[in-house]
Amino acid sequence: MPEPAAEVTVSYPAGSSPPGRARLALPRADRREIAAIFAGGAIGTVARAALAEAFPHSATEWPWPTFGVNIVAAFLVGYFVTRLQERLPLSSYRRPLLGTGLCGGLSTFSTMQVEILKMLSAHAWGLAAGYIAASIVAGYAAIHLATALVRRVRVRR
Amino acid sequence: MNVLIWVAVALIGGAGSVARFLVDGAISSAVGRDFPFGTMAVNISGAVILGLLTGLALGHGEALLAGTAAVGSYTTFSTWMLETQRLTEERQYRTAVLNVVVSLALGVAAAAVGRLIGAQL
Repeated sequence: MPEPAAEVTVSYPAGSSPPGRARLALPRADRREIAAIFAGGAIGTVARAALAEAFPHSATEWPWPTFGVNIVAAFLVGYFVTRLQERLPLSSYRRPLLGTGLCGGLSTFSTMQVEILKMLSAHAWGLAAGYIAASIVAGYAAIHLATALVRRVRVRR
Repeated sequence: MNVLIWVAVALIGGAGSVARFLVDGAISSAVGRDFPFGTMAVNISGAVILGLLTGLALGHGEALLAGTAAVGSYTTFSTWMLETQRLTEERQYRTAVLNVVVSLALGVAAAAVGRLIGAQL
């Protein structure tokens, strides 16, 4: 009998360090996982950089390249992570390749923040507010939609 | 724009993504995973560095490699949104809103401070 999807929560493993003795430590990662993140990140970054180069814009224009890759990456990460956690058998490299690597490399937070800063510096208040609101609403909606799409498909065991 | 630049973009983008994974993991295992501090730390530190690079007023090629490729791949929008959406699924609405608002406020502030420092250098 399939498990109800609502029981499956975020991928965080519980209790990784004892309280009071928290120390900075590199996570244990195998080479295959690192290689998968590297490969996915390389592809995602090239796609994002190519779009940024192809569609340059001034500080007071809507930043379509960043907005576009961020929303697409949000949809993809919602799709991949939900499918990998709730629909497909355990895999050690698909999530690092597709989620952490591809979607992480494709999307960017820092560029978005600098774009907002430049809008504020140019006193384009409405543009800055609209860009922030549209990114959050569309990003959240994209993940919600992708997650719902994956969960509509019944689990096959 | 030659092929070599794009090979460099790919390699730097891969390295930036691995750096994000390692920093996120280190922060998350140190301070716990009830709140996505790892992603926030990555994103805020990336915003300050990209702000600094913006203040430096680099040439086009340098900005592409150091800014778009390195810092752009190091930070993430998709994981930030995924973690926010998963928090709302667990009905942790206050934490989800906090994750969005604090990241944005600190992100823009970090970029502004970085740009100020960069302009002084």
